[in-house]
Parts: sequence; C-alpha cells; structure tokens
Amino acid sequence: MTETSRHLPLRTPGSVLGPAAWIRRNLFPDWRQGLLTLLVLWLLIRTIPPLIDWLFIDAAWTGDRDDCVAAGGACWAFVGARWGQFIYGFYPPEHRWRVDLSMLALLASIAVLFLPRVPNKGWIITGSFIALPVVTVVLLHGGMLGLEVVPTDRWGGFMLTLVVAVAGMLGALPIGILMALGRRSRMPAIRIFCVTFIELFRAVPLITILFMASVMLPLFMPQGFTMDKLLRALIGVALFNGALMAEVIRGGLQAIPRGQFEAATASGMGYWKMMTFIILPQALRTVIPGLVNTYVAIIKDTTLVLIIGLFDLLGIVQAGISSSNWLAPSVTTTGYVFAGFGFWVLCFGLSRYSMHLERKLNTGQKK
Amino acid sequence: MKLCTILTSAAALMALSGAAVSAQTLEEVRERGYLNCGVSPGVAGFSNPDDAGNWSGFDVEVCRAVAAAVLEDPDAVRYTPLSNTERFTALQSGEIDMLSRTTTRTLNRDTALGLNFAPVMFYDGQGFMVRDSMDVDSVSQLNGATVCVSAGSTTELNLADYFEANGMTYNPVRFDRADEVLAAYDANRCDVYTSDRSGLAARRLVMSDPSEHVMLPETISKEPLAPAVRHGDDQWFDIVTWTVYALIEAEEFGITQDNIDEMLASENPNITRMLGGEGSPVGEWIGLDNQWVYRAISSVGNYGEIFERHVGPDTPLQIERGMNALHTDGGLQYAMPFK
Amino acid sequence: MPVSRDLGPMAPPRTPFWTRSRIRSALIQVGFVALLALLIQFLLANTMANLDRQGIASGFGFLENRAGFDIAIRFSPFERNDTYLQALWTAVANTVVLAVLGIGLASLIGLVIGLARVSPNWLISRLAAVYIEIFRNIPLLLQLFFWYFAILRPLPGPRQSIEIGGGAFLSNRGLYLPKPLLDSGAQLTLVAFATGLIFALTMAHFARRHRAATGHSRPVLQWWIIGLVALPLATWFATNASMALSVPALEGFNFQGGMVILPEMLAALLGLSFYIAAAVGEIVRAGIEGVDHGQTEAAQALGHSRGQIMRLVVIPQALRIIIPPLTTQYQSLAKNTSLASAIAFPEIISIVAGTTMTQTGQALETIALAMAFYLTVSLLIAAIMNFFNWRVTRRSF
Repeated sequence: MTETSRHLPLRTPGSVLGPAAWIRRNLFPDWRQGLLTLLVLWLLIRTIPPLIDWLFIDAAWTGDRDDCVAAGGACWAFVGARWGQFIYGFYPPEHRWRVDLSMLALLASIAVLFLPRVPNKGWIITGSFIALPVVTVVLLHGGMLGLEVVPTDRWGGFMLTLVVAVAGMLGALPIGILMALGRRSRMPAIRIFCVTFIELFRAVPLITILFMASVMLPLFMPQGFTMDKLLRALIGVALFNGALMAEVIRGGLQAIPRGQFEAATASGMGYWKMMTFIILPQALRTVIPGLVNTYVAIIKDTTLVLIIGLFDLLGIVQAGISSSNWLAPSVTTTGYVFAGFGFWVLCFGLSRYSMHLERKLNTGQKK
Repeated sequence: MKLCTILTSAAALMALSGAAVSAQTLEEVRERGYLNCGVSPGVAGFSNPDDAGNWSGFDVEVCRAVAAAVLEDPDAVRYTPLSNTERFTALQSGEIDMLSRTTTRTLNRDTALGLNFAPVMFYDGQGFMVRDSMDVDSVSQLNGATVCVSAGSTTELNLADYFEANGMTYNPVRFDRADEVLAAYDANRCDVYTSDRSGLAARRLVMSDPSEHVMLPETISKEPLAPAVRHGDDQWFDIVTWTVYALIEAEEFGITQDNIDEMLASENPNITRMLGGEGSPVGEWIGLDNQWVYRAISSVGNYGEIFERHVGPDTPLQIERGMNALHTDGGLQYAMPFK
Repeated sequence: MPVSRDLGPMAPPRTPFWTRSRIRSALIQVGFVALLALLIQFLLANTMANLDRQGIASGFGFLENRAGFDIAIRFSPFERNDTYLQALWTAVANTVVLAVLGIGLASLIGLVIGLARVSPNWLISRLAAVYIEIFRNIPLLLQLFFWYFAILRPLPGPRQSIEIGGGAFLSNRGLYLPKPLLDSGAQLTLVAFATGLIFALTMAHFARRHRAATGHSRPVLQWWIIGLVALPLATWFATNASMALSVPALEGFNFQGGMVILPEMLAALLGLSFYIAAAVGEIVRAGIEGVDHGQTEAAQALGHSRGQIMRLVVIPQALRIIIPPLTTQYQSLAKNTSLASAIAFPEIISIVAGTTMTQTGQALETIALAMAFYLTVSLLIAAIMNFFNWRVTRRSF
C-alpha cells in the first residue's frame, strides 16, 4: 500500500532523498517486500536476456527459411520479404502511392486534432473527418479522376486494418449519437427501437454480426442486388460499434445539467439546434476518454474480419506463415510477434492519447 | 415533418428497387463486366494466389473458361477465396456467380442446399497423410490417433463413418480454414491429416519437408469434385455445364490451345459445329454467340492440357490421370455430345 | 432518425402548443413504426423469395437429424449418431464451461494484477503495469493464435512428453493429469466435505451477524475444523472408502487413462483469461484507489493491520466501484469465447454456425440460434451481477 510509505518513521532528510533511499523505500520497505523484489529480479534475469537473444542476437535478418531455421532466433527475414504484402495486401505495386497518399491524409486529419487553439477548431476537425473518407475512397478504390479501379479483394494488410478501423470509428460515431439521443427520446416507439437495437448489438459477439453481414445480408436483399463484401463488413463493424458508442454517449448526455436544456429551449432553440450547438458539444467532450477506449476496441476488433475471409494485417501475416516457402516454427512466432507489435503500437498510442485528454479535461474542469 | 417526407420517399424508392431487380445471372455478369468466382483460399495446383494476388490453378481455369465464353475475356474474373463454411452461403446469397472450389457433389448439397452441380472436373477420394517416422502403412493402424480435418466438409463425415465402421476411435481437431488445419498438422498437433487425395498432395508440397510425410494407400470415399451454381437459373447452369463438357470434348477431339485454329477447318462436322463454324447453332441454343466454345478452349486449353499444366505428373503434385482419364482411355471423363 | 424538435429530457411546457406537438409526436411515431414494418416486410419477402427460388431448405426440422460428426472436447455427452440438437447442447455446454472457467481465472489473475498495481513495491507495481499494457493492447484473436500456435509448436510429441511429476505429462497432445477414481465411500466423503463447508460458512455468517449486532467477536475456527476436517475424515473411515488414481500412460499414439486438457481448451482458457485479466486488473486498481484515503488512515489509527484494512475496510467499499465495470468485462469474456472457434475449440460458432451450417446449408437458422444463445448468456450475466451488486450495496453502512 502506498500509505505505508507515508508512515515510515521520520528520518533525517539525507536518508529520504537520493537513490539509495529511493531503492530502500520502493524496493525493500520490509523483509517480505524485499524477498518479493529479489524473486522478481531473479525471474527477470532468467527471462529478459534469452528474449533479447531470440529477438535480436540470434535473429535472422536476411535470407530465406533455411537461414531462419539455422539462426535459431526470430525470423525478421520473413517480415522483410513480405513487407509489401503486410502493408498493402495485394494492392498492385504501381498503384501503392495511392495508399501512401491516403495514409498521409489520415495522418493530416489526426494532426488537426493537435492544432493549437485556433478559432473554429471544432469545425475544422469535423470538416477534415468528413472529407477524409471521401478522399480515401476516391484514392483507394479509384474509378474517378482518371484513377484505375482497384477492386476491394486486392486490399489487404495494414492498409485494410486501417480502412476497417477508420470506417468503424467514423461510421460508429453518428450511429452512436443518434441511438443515444433516440434512447432518451420521449417518443416510446423510437425509444423502444433504440433500446432494442443497442441491447441486441451489445449482447452478441462481433463475429455473429460479421457472419450476418457476410452470409445473411445478401439473402435479405432482392435478387441481383449485390454489395461489396468489404462494404458489408464495414457496415457490420459500424453498427456493432455504434451500439457500444451509444452507451458511452448516453453517459455524457446524462451528465449535462438540466439547466442547459432549459436555457436552450428558453432561448427558442429547436431540438436539433439545441442538440447540435449546446448539448452534444458538451456531452461529447465529457465522454472523449470513453470514446477513445471504444476506438481502441475497434482497432483490436478489426482482426475479426479475417474470419470472414478478408486479409487484414493479422490475416495476411497468417497467410504468410502458412505459405509453402516459410513454414517453420520460428517464422510462426515471429509473424505473430510482428503483428502483435503493430497492433500494440496503435492501441497503446491511442490509449495514451486518451489518458492525456482525460488529464487535460480534468484540469479544465477544475479551473 | 420534412424528415418524414424524406423517409417515406426513401421507403418508396426501396420498394420500387425491390420490384425492379430480378435479372438473370448471365445479364448480371455481362452488365458487371466480370465474373465472380468462388475458389479455395490457397490449395497448390487448384487455386493459389501468387505474391501479387493473381490466381491460378486447376479450379481457376474453369472460372477463366466460363469468363472467356461469356465475357470474351478469360481475365474478367474476380476471385473470392472461401472457407468451408462460407462457400455455399456465398453462392446462395449471390455473392459469387459460380463456385469452383474442390467441392464434392452430394445429394444433400444438390437438393437441400439449393445447388446445381456442373459435370465433375476431378474424381477424387479421401486419403490420409501421416509422418514417415510413425511407421504406419495402413489406416487400420490408426486406432486412437489424433486427426486434423476441415470442419464442415464431407471429409469430416467420412472420417467419422469410416472409423465407426471399422470399430476404431480417434480424436478430431477441426478447423474451418484449410491453412489452419495445415498449420496444426505441421505443428505436430495431429498424427494424421485427412482430406481429398488431391488436396493432400497439394498440402504435402508446402510442408517444411515434404519427404517426411507419406500418403496411406487407402481411399475411403468417393469425392467427385465439381463446379456449382445456385438453383433457379437454368441458362446459367447450362453455360457452366457445357463449358466443362467443351473442355473434355476438346480433349477427345484432339483440339488444343495451339491447334484450335487449324481445327476450325476440320473435316469433322462435329468439331466445326462445336467450335462455331459456318451455320453452327451452338451459340443460339445456349444464348451466347457462336464462338463461345472456341474462346473457352483457346484461352485455357482442353481438359487434358489443364490437368497436365496444374496437377499432372510433371507438376510438383504428381497426380496421375487415373479415374480422370478420358473414357476412351479407361477413365471416367465423358463429355455429352455437342449436337 | 425522426425525432421532433420538441423533445428533450424535460417535459414540454404546458402551452397551447402542447396538443399540437403531442399530435405531431404521435404522427412521427406512427410513421416510424410503419416504416420499420415496411422495411422488415421488405427484408422478409426478399429472404422468402430467395430461399424459395433456390429451393433452400428452411425451418428448424434439421435439428432432429443425425449429426454424423465428432466433437473432441465435450462437457456434455455427445457421439456422432446423436442429433444436431444434441450437438448444439454440447456446444452450449462447452461454451458455458469455457466462459465460467475463464471468468474465474480472469478474476483471480486480475485481482493479483490489481493488487500488485497498487503495491508499494515499485518493481511489482511496474511489472503489473507492463502486463496490463501488453495484454490489453493486443487483439484477443492474435493472442489466441499466439497461445495456440506459438506455444504448441515447441512442445514435444506424446512420445517425448515432458513429465511434470505426479503422473502429469505435457505434450502437444495436451496436458495429461491423473484422474482420481472414487468408490461410493469416497464420493460420500466429497458430499460430506461440501456439507461441512456449507455448515462452516453458515456458522461464520451467524458469527459475523452477532459481531455486527453486539460488537463482540465469536470464535469460528472450531466450526471450520469440524466442517472441513472432522466430518469428511469420519465419513471416509466410516464408509471404509478407498481412492485409486488413473495415471495416464503412453499407449499407441497417445496417452490412455487419466484425464486430459486438450491444447485447444488450454489455449482458449489462457488466452481469454490473460486478456480479460488485464482489464480486471485496471478495474481492481481503480476500485482500491477509489476508496477514500481517510478510510485507510482511520483504520490505521484504530490499530488494524494492513491485511485487516484491506479485507475489512478497503475491499468491501472497492467492490461497489468494481462490480459494474466488472459485469461488462465478464460479458465481454462470454462473448469473446466465440473467437476460440478460430483455434478449433468446439464452441457455439464452431459447431452451430460452422459445421452444422455447412452440413445443412441453413445459414439463417443456425446464425439465429447462435445469436439467441449469446443474447441469453449476456442477459444471464447481467442478472447475476445485478444481484451481486444489490447485495454489495445493501450491505453498506
């Protein structure tokens, strides 16, 4: 317990400061903790060096499967050889600049978030995130502006992961907002519909939604009506996460004091005007950490599309692992470690950003 | 109120579109400009994407032949790799126009699942693969073994039936996706890998060391692998059926990719009629132009050529013609006459 | 979304417009319901037409047919001549067992991680933080693949099994453990043990109530000794019980005898538990840190030991903060058992939406069954946790 440290007998300042005192206070406060520290240190010494050996020192950085098997460590040569596929999937190499450009557009939109305080920042952000999907679809799919069509079955790898994640995030937000508003509506028909929708989608796993989208949706549609498989998956992901998001946003709506609603109505605002300009901006701001957590979940959930036969980053790594020229134990482990690291960087970064926001918002409220 | 109007008109529009769309597969494919073909997600020799995502293989050639016949371009095909569980629903739902995916023709699939099967492209049977080091040379020695198998396949059912009939036990490890079955067998999770013999031959190739694995001599089932289309569109069924027959008939007549232009001037009226020579009705009957057979054969070759190119003895798979030889050579491949 | 402008969380003011807006609201709702009905009718009609045109079988009659396949992991009896319905029950049993074991293990690991996270020992708390950040930021599916393939591959075959000791063996065929074979006396002893446990718990409960009412503690140790030691021992000797161990032994391809935890089960359980445990750890930490410092300090001032403070002051209050988010995590674990189908664990998705769907071709019915199952489980967990929450909040002072 942190509180025990506060109740250590008073010492002279000299022994409270300095590294030796820090070590004593934090690692060896009493004999039990000291023993635990030693045990953990021993475990770390046993595991960390072999891990570093495997990851870097014994690893094969170039060559083919035989080199990897001979090296005995991680097989980074495999990642190197398949790098293009891991990032772009089967996207034709001569068109890969389009993917690069879309990723830049995404980065630019994210950079907008970090803009210093400028007037209308909220609208700039909204605008850039409305423009983003349009730009991305035109760039990636083509068929417009003289760009050659690249069908979605060629999309894959990290790029597809980003497409599914971003589409899930951008699609889920409006669905979530509408559902959250509907759930608090005074009209029973609409409220019941929204509650049913939210609870239904929250109760079943994403896999079944994806199965629905990939297998059943076409059966619901009239004959001859076809929709791209990826698009169907994206709709499924957006609806599923929209339901999750609705619950997060509902929390924000509940936190808005009644006075805000009353003041808005009193000043003659209609429902939509009040929601858009008064209520939602406040509600959304309070739930930003929750929203970002949902976004982390969305990124992690993108991997499920491999079950319905789309090759996201994990899917394409798995395909590489079981391809004829790379079948080997160390390649399997390396592949999963690589994919895991890729996802980890994305999710960890995002959750750090969420914490940063949470702190910023907290200080803002305290002022 | 405004919102209500918009929604009502949207509903009306939706109802309208529901009534309007009821086209036939052939028209849809033509309008779309490409054929949607369901294939296996990577079985060497049958359907396999290269590093750039281009598909090739025995099953893929059927899609190409149909695309050549219908769209005059064998490359106008989009391939959808399908797992065992997805394959039938993808066809039922209209996501794909035809399925050319090492699929066994059975009564259940032909009826309750709503499929129509084109002629058999490959007569196969279920076999077993084990590690050479296990010193097993017959299935009868496999009592108590752990078996890796594709879930939702005829293989899974045959396996259960065979072991029951022979009073043996086994532990199944079932995966939906073939590459996971393979990975599990390669990771030594199972003693035995069971699948169609052709599939085993293909998967053996991608093992860390193919020579470590042997096929057991027994074949425990009949697995006639055939392309399939969905019920309810006879014309499309005819097109796929007769494209397959055309490939087989071409081998019987000795028409190859190279000599097809000479064959156009053949003395044999059967050949010229099939290839759409002067006054031939083959196009009119099936609802395509007269050159459809010509295009199919000239783009992919005859049945024998396809076999030799992808799975035959000179390929890494080293599969003999066996049952898949022409009936004239003692095999089962027999095309119906183009008359 | 047709929501009218006069909606808000507050009642509309009673103005002359009241009637009009009421009518408008009713109109909008009628329109919405009509639209929804139209949409549903449209989808149904399409589905019917599609099924009809292609002659696809429909209805749940297939559940009575012979399944014909085998299931390796089964927590409810099943063999290949049983029906699809029985296969469905086996899948339900498998899923429920996996979820329950997973929830137990995840709670345990999560509790340890959460306590470690607030430990005064810097190393321990850092290590717990690293654990949390690694496991919660990597997709579960990937973790499952990693547990299954990356851990399975290095394990030896059954003939070179690692002997753990005590008759337990670990190989890529699974973890083989000796199985106790109980005669009727031994089974009675187990019953006696359970009875004794309930007895001791009841006595402890009364002692607690007594203390709460009077402030005096009553000793309870003797009840625990009687319930857990004396009663079972007496039964054991009275019935002249005996117990044998079925030790697994290598025979042919594999071990025979004993009991086995197959790799699919092990990987699914570990993958799910370690993943959810990261979230549980964070929840436990937040719960403990959420308890007012004054409480701990007051307890210290009263001379309670650290263990007592934890047990009597911090944890009961922390539970109230912990249980609602914990419910979400448990539901998430139950839903995530569906991912275990990717590593060949025979649960609902694998058996029903997988094999049964392919063998019968009835996608609509099988997926509907799977969804109905998850819906039930989710509601059940919510109900159980609500009950717990009610108990915890009721016990408040």
